[in-house]
This record gives sequence, structure tokens and C-alpha cells, in this order.
Amino acid sequence: MSTIRRWASGFGVFLIYVFLFLPMVVLVALSFNNASRGTQWQGFTFSWYEKLSENQAILEALSRSLEIAVEATLLSAFLGLCVGISMSRTHGFRKTILQKLATLPIVLPEIVQGLSLLCFFVWLTIPLGEFSVVIAHTAFGTAYVATLVKARLTAMDPLLEEAAADLGATQSKILVKITLPQLWPAMVSGMLMVFTLSFDDFIVAFFTAGVGATTLPLKIYSMLKFGVSPEVNALSALILCASFLLVTMAFWNQNKRERKFEI
Amino acid sequence: MPNSAKKAAVLEVIGVTKQFRGKIAVDCVDLQVANGEFLSILGPSGCGKTTLLRLIGGLEKPDRGRLVLNGQDITNLSAHKRNVHTVFQRYALFPHMNVFDNVAFGLRCKKIHENETRSRVEEMLELANLKGQGHRAIHTLSGGEQQRIALVRALVNLPKLLLLDEPLGALDLKLRLQLQQELVAIQKRVKTTFVFVTHDQQEALNMSDRVAVMNQAKVEQIGTPNEIYEFPKTLFAASFVGGINRLDGVLRIDEGGRCICEVEGLGGFFVEPPTEYRQAGVKGLICLRPEKVTLFSRRPSTIENVVEGTIRSQSYLGTHTQFEVLIKNGGVISVFQQNTQKLAKKVFQVNDKVFMGWQASLSHFFSYQALK
Amino acid sequence: MSIQPKTFRTTPFSIAAWIWAASLVVAPLLYIVSISFLSRGPYGGVQSPLTLTNYTRMTDGSMALTLLLSLGRSVALAGFSTVLCIFVGFPLALFLVFRAGRWRNALFFLLIIPFWTNFLIRTYAWMVILSDNGWLNHVLEILGLGPQYLHWLFTPQAVLLGMFYNYLPYMAMSLYVSVEKLDTKLLEAAADLGAGPVRRFFQVTLPLSVPGLVAGSIMVFIPSLGEFVIPDILGGGTNLFVGNLLAQQFLTVRHWPFGSALSVILIILIGACLVALEKVTKGHSEDLIA
Repeated sequence: MSTIRRWASGFGVFLIYVFLFLPMVVLVALSFNNASRGTQWQGFTFSWYEKLSENQAILEALSRSLEIAVEATLLSAFLGLCVGISMSRTHGFRKTILQKLATLPIVLPEIVQGLSLLCFFVWLTIPLGEFSVVIAHTAFGTAYVATLVKARLTAMDPLLEEAAADLGATQSKILVKITLPQLWPAMVSGMLMVFTLSFDDFIVAFFTAGVGATTLPLKIYSMLKFGVSPEVNALSALILCASFLLVTMAFWNQNKRERKFEI
Repeated sequence: MPNSAKKAAVLEVIGVTKQFRGKIAVDCVDLQVANGEFLSILGPSGCGKTTLLRLIGGLEKPDRGRLVLNGQDITNLSAHKRNVHTVFQRYALFPHMNVFDNVAFGLRCKKIHENETRSRVEEMLELANLKGQGHRAIHTLSGGEQQRIALVRALVNLPKLLLLDEPLGALDLKLRLQLQQELVAIQKRVKTTFVFVTHDQQEALNMSDRVAVMNQAKVEQIGTPNEIYEFPKTLFAASFVGGINRLDGVLRIDEGGRCICEVEGLGGFFVEPPTEYRQAGVKGLICLRPEKVTLFSRRPSTIENVVEGTIRSQSYLGTHTQFEVLIKNGGVISVFQQNTQKLAKKVFQVNDKVFMGWQASLSHFFSYQALK
Repeated sequence: MSIQPKTFRTTPFSIAAWIWAASLVVAPLLYIVSISFLSRGPYGGVQSPLTLTNYTRMTDGSMALTLLLSLGRSVALAGFSTVLCIFVGFPLALFLVFRAGRWRNALFFLLIIPFWTNFLIRTYAWMVILSDNGWLNHVLEILGLGPQYLHWLFTPQAVLLGMFYNYLPYMAMSLYVSVEKLDTKLLEAAADLGAGPVRRFFQVTLPLSVPGLVAGSIMVFIPSLGEFVIPDILGGGTNLFVGNLLAQQFLTVRHWPFGSALSVILIILIGACLVALEKVTKGHSEDLIA
């Protein structure tokens, strides 16, 4: 009886995972399909990857996306650190307000953020382009880094800083030698998160990029909307592989760190 | 009469074995719990005592063996169908329910009428000294109050058997001693059979009708606190319950047929080993409790065993004084002396030469064969 | 004497923090609130005078109907997706925590993989599967279930599927975190007191997972309310959702004041949901502070 139930629940979970991964498997399979239209299997080919490597527009969009993601990540890391520290070190009313404001970009739908930033940029006559996208990504990226930094600071033993002060460390020394090293893991995972969010972001860029600055997701979207070319499959397969690799590395790294702490 | 003993047994554990990933946690344990008794399972952490308790409670399934409750085989009955309840280590009170709902939980599972539930819960809250405080949230209770609620939450269901998994472990010493008394008082009042797991030998000796000493997945000895302390069957039982001194040696039989244990560098001491080891050449050890030894400043003539030594240290503890005495073979013997006299000065000084004496019947002899 | 620890000064950090909060969080939102009271300029810009017409326009005739329908669709879609995610995510989280054993880490890892991959691509993959001569129809044909091509893509069901697919990992993850924190001793205690599996779930596991349930619902429901890409790709834009309506007003019709008024309504709706959900957790978390 209970073995049947166990087997059935295992099978159910297996089906959920099939559901989660089936679309990705389909995409990767299609990227090697020798058919310019349709999804019927016509034989194996690498040609879509070759075509992709010659597609200047896609490569340009890719490098633009990477550039934006790096810039937004660095800006968010700096601002997120500031917000995180002030959130955990101020008290009372100001703390409550800052905390609410820092969760706002996380809970608000991206569409609201995108269009409000669009109006805002136009009002300030900030030209829409790469720069405006970086700023828009920083707007929400900061919130993610800040939340992680704050969580880490709350978990941190406040006595460490006091002990350092007691031992005669100056204020800047406490910050550099005690606080920042402890915040490092939170900063790394925050930056990883911002990078991915920025690199994958379609909606906010859709509103704030203007005509010139086509990011990779924007390019993919226009390819989807206006005639699907199998190059998109090849591109998707590559992006899937890259994210798979990155996540595996991050996960493995984290596991290793946790195991080290267990001892 | 084995028959009458069986009748009185509320629980019989028969050859129960449990392994976790190839590691034996409970090894072929036999145990009988008599109706209304307070039985402690005593052992160091990792000896399998908590696993044994979980097996009885139905939270684990035994690999082999049977469990019989009131004549009914409950081996394959799942936990929620057994009339056995547990007081958990750190209590496991439901944090999202108030005191009343926690205590009422079991009755509501049995779909007891709400009016009866209310009166029975109130009765139990009274027993727990928390009358009329059913509305309180769990996190507002003190440690002792949580412990008592955990107890009555189980008791309200009128279990055939109540299992307690180190229920006093999370409390400080003073509260522990007070709750030990309370727990025994409650047990005598409700007359429920208690099986109490602990690693604290004082607690076990103080509270129980009988104690089962467990070590390395096995029950080594079951008996009254007195039996366990004064007549330990194994070296482990002797050393875990109370302190011991050990003197290793070889047996010989003298002309009068008495056993003497020859200890290298110290000479022979009279011992009374169990009959099966009453032979010359048996290697083993003398086990001697510190309070059974008497200190003399001159060699006593009326005492069977005497050994000479030098006091290395002494600590005055009010009721008694504890001595560490260095003996000739390089060993140290610890001795407790009751402070029966009213003296302003110490009787013995460090570096004093003393004689320690004891009667053979007060010591134990364990052969190495029995140990392995 | 100060009770504050004598550590580093936080003023410089605070200044930067407040600059970010004021310029990139508060100001854009305040700005769209304010332009919702302005009128449309000749080239799609905004101009004074102050007016309420953008709000009154929502109440008249055909616009009211369009708005109500799209709002209704969005709320229904977000609600359905959330419920669906809970019904699949909860058993999944329970399985991962209690049954998965040594596969637990690997399965959790597999759960977060889709979370890190581009959602346009994931949605596009469903487009490939659901399209008229897509894989689903092929499979049905092979199984002899589809005599002719069935129409899957550009249906409301396809949109719901896409939403469910995209948001399931969020729900499952936040439930997993919550269930993992659950003290198994409490489940044992409940079993010991006579509670069967069903009662254990409803009286112990479920109430103690409310924080995860709420967090998961926020992560699914709120973004789904404004979702417009999935309806666009998988729904073909046949059914207008609030998100599509908004995007249209800002990018195609270029009537910013009216679009802003719509977003203000959406923000108020979301704010109300958040406050309601916060109430639910507050009621619970007070009991949980041990």
C-alpha cells in the first residue's frame, strides 16, 4: 500500500520535471533540425549555428546585453550595498520607509516599472538607449542586492564590530576588515542575480530602450513576432546551455562552501 | 511465577532490532514494562535509547522483533493508531495553537465530544498548574510550563503507556530537580505507566521504580535503582551509574577456597566473583565504589582488603570529602568519606600516608571474558 | 551616553541609499501618478491643464467594458495560475523535503534551472510545442488521438499553461523553503497524539507553511497581474489583458495620461492584494515567534 503510494508520488514528481524540461529539450532538438520551416524532423544539421555566427544583428544585440548587464550589476552592487547597510543601521520610521521602498521594485510588476521609468526618462529628457536601460536595470537590481545584504547583516553578530572597535580598529578599518568581508557572499549572490535579471530582462528594456538599443531579449522577441527563423532555436539552445553551466557552477560552489562551514 | 509477571506486563518488547544505513541502533532488545511502573532507560547519547523509545511509540518500524501492548501485537500499527503517547525532547508543542488547543489535539483527533474535551482539558490544565490559562500562546510559556503542557497533552489521552524522551533535558539544574519531584508525584497520581529516557544517572536513580541500562544498542541490565547501583552486572553498568575505581589482576584460589585477585605491585585482594569465573587464572578487574572505601591513618587489622597510599589531593564538599590517593603501582584511587564528625580542621593532609580498606563483599569482580 | 555601537559611520551610505530610493523608486511612480491628471499633448506628450478625464473615461460605456473585461481576465488568469501553482507546487515541495532523500539537492537544483533561463525562450518553446503543426499535434497524431490538427496556440488555455509553466518554480521554491523549516518533531507529535496523515497535513503542515504560501502567492499573483508578454506570444493578443492594454496605451496609442491612470489603478489593486496578504502572514507569524 505505502510502497504503491510512494511509487505513485515519485512518478507524479517525475511528470512535473518532464513538464519543466520538455520545452527546453524540444528547443535544443529543433536547433539541430534540418528544416527551415515546421517542426518535423528532417535530419541533423549544424547550419543554424553557422548562420547564427554570421548574423551581425544578433551578435551586436548579445554584446550590448552583456555590456548593459555588467554595468547594471556594478552600479546595483554599489547602491545595493549602501541601501542594505543603511536599512540595517538606521532605526524607527526611516528604516521602515526605506525597507518598504526597497521591496517595491521587487514586488511591482515589471510593466509598471518599465512604463513609469519610460515616462520619467522622457520627462527628464534623458535619451532612450543603452544608458537609460542600464539606469532602469539598476533601479530594480539595487533592491535585490540590498535585500540580500540586509539579510546577511541581520544574521551577522553585532559583537564582531564592537570587538574590533574595542581592539582599537578605526571606523574605516572596521568597515573594510570586518563588515565587508562578511558581506561578500551576499554581494556575490546578489550580483549574480542582477546580472541574470538584467541579461534576461525583456519588459523593462521593451519600454526604456528606445529604437537604437536592441538588447538580446528584444531581438529574440522581434524574431518571434516577425517570422520565426530556426536561428532562434540555435540561439536559445546556446543560451540554455550557458545558463545551465553557470547555475551548475554557482550551485556547486555554494554546496562546497556550505560543506566547509559544516565542519 | 513467570505467568503472573506476564499478566502484569503492559508492554513487551521482544527481540527488537533496528538498523540505520547498516548501523545497528537497537540490537535484539527484550524488555518488559509492568503496569503502573516508572521505568527509566538510561544510557549515554548514541546508545540507541531514543530509537528504542521511537520504536515503542511507532515513529520507527523495527527490522526484526515484536512489540506487544496489553496482549495485542502492535508491531505493524502506525503511530497514530497506538494508545501510546510521547512527551518529546524540547516538547514539540504546536506553535500555531494556544495551550488549550495543544492539549485538546489528541482528543479532537479521536472525535471526542467538544464538551467532554473541554472538561478533560481543563482538568489536565489544573494538573499542570495552569488552570484557566488555556488561551495563552505557546511562546509565552516558561520552560517548566512548556514541559508540563507537553506532559498533560499526552496524558489527557489516557495512554496505556507514556513515553518521555529526556523531557527535562532543556531545563536548568534547579528546575530539573523540582520537576523530577513533580513528575513522580503526577505519575503516582494518574497511575500511568511511564517509560522515561535519560542520560542522567541521578535522574534515573531518583525517579524510577526500575532502570534499564543501555549501551551500544543493547540493554545491559534491568533492575531497581538499588540493584543497578549495588549489584551491577557489567563494568559498563557499574561505571556509568556512579564512579568506580578499578584494579586489574589475575585470580587465584587460596587454601580456604576463597578467591584472591593478585594485582601487580599491590598484592592480593579478596574478591567474590560470579560462580562461573571462580577459577584460578581468570584475568579481570576489581571494581570499587569510592564511598565503599574507608580511610585509616594506621593499618587496620579487622578489614579484609587494605592498600597503602599517599594523599595527592582532597576536596572538602560539606557532606563529604573527596580524596585522590596515589597507590604504589602508580594508579589513583578516589575515596569519599562522610563528614560524620564536627571538625574545624582537616583530618588528613596532602602527602599524608594513609591506608584504604574495604570488605570483599563491597567490591565487584568482572572478568575480561565477560566484557568481550 | 550613546547605546549605539561605536562602529563605522553610516551617513555616506544613507545618502546614496536615499538618492536611489528617491530618484529611481519614488520619483518615477509619483511622476506617472501626476501625469495621470494631465491631458495628452499633440505629439503623444503630456500637457496641462489638470484634469480628471483620464479617470472618468474609464467609467463610460465601451471603455468601461474593455477595462472591466481585461481587468477581469487578468485577475482570473493570475488567480488561476496561482491556484494551479499551489496545487502542483505544494506536493512537489513536500516530496522534495520528505521523500526525495539523497535526490533532494539534485531535484532542487533542477527546479531552479528554469528560473535562471530566459523566460522569452521558455515561452517560445511552448509556442513550438503548441503550434498547429507542432510537437503536441504530432504526438497526438501518432497516438491516434488527433484525426486532424487541433488548435492549441493562441487560446486562453495556452496562456494559462504558459503562466503556470513560468511561475511554478517560484511557488515551489518558496514553499520548499517554508516546508524545509518545518520541525518534523511537530509532525511526529501529531502522529503520536493520534492524527492521521490528512489531519497532520491540514492541522500542522499547512498552517505552518502559510508564510511560504503567501510569499509564493505574491511571487506568482502580482507579476501575473501585469503580465503581457505571455498573452502576447501564446495568446496571440486575441484576449486583451491589463498588461496588453497598458502597453498599447504607452507604445501604440501613445496616450500617456490615460495609460498612467490605468497603471495607477493597477498599482492600487496590487497594493490592496499586498496589504491583504500581509494581514494573513501577520496573523500567523505572531504565533510563530517563539
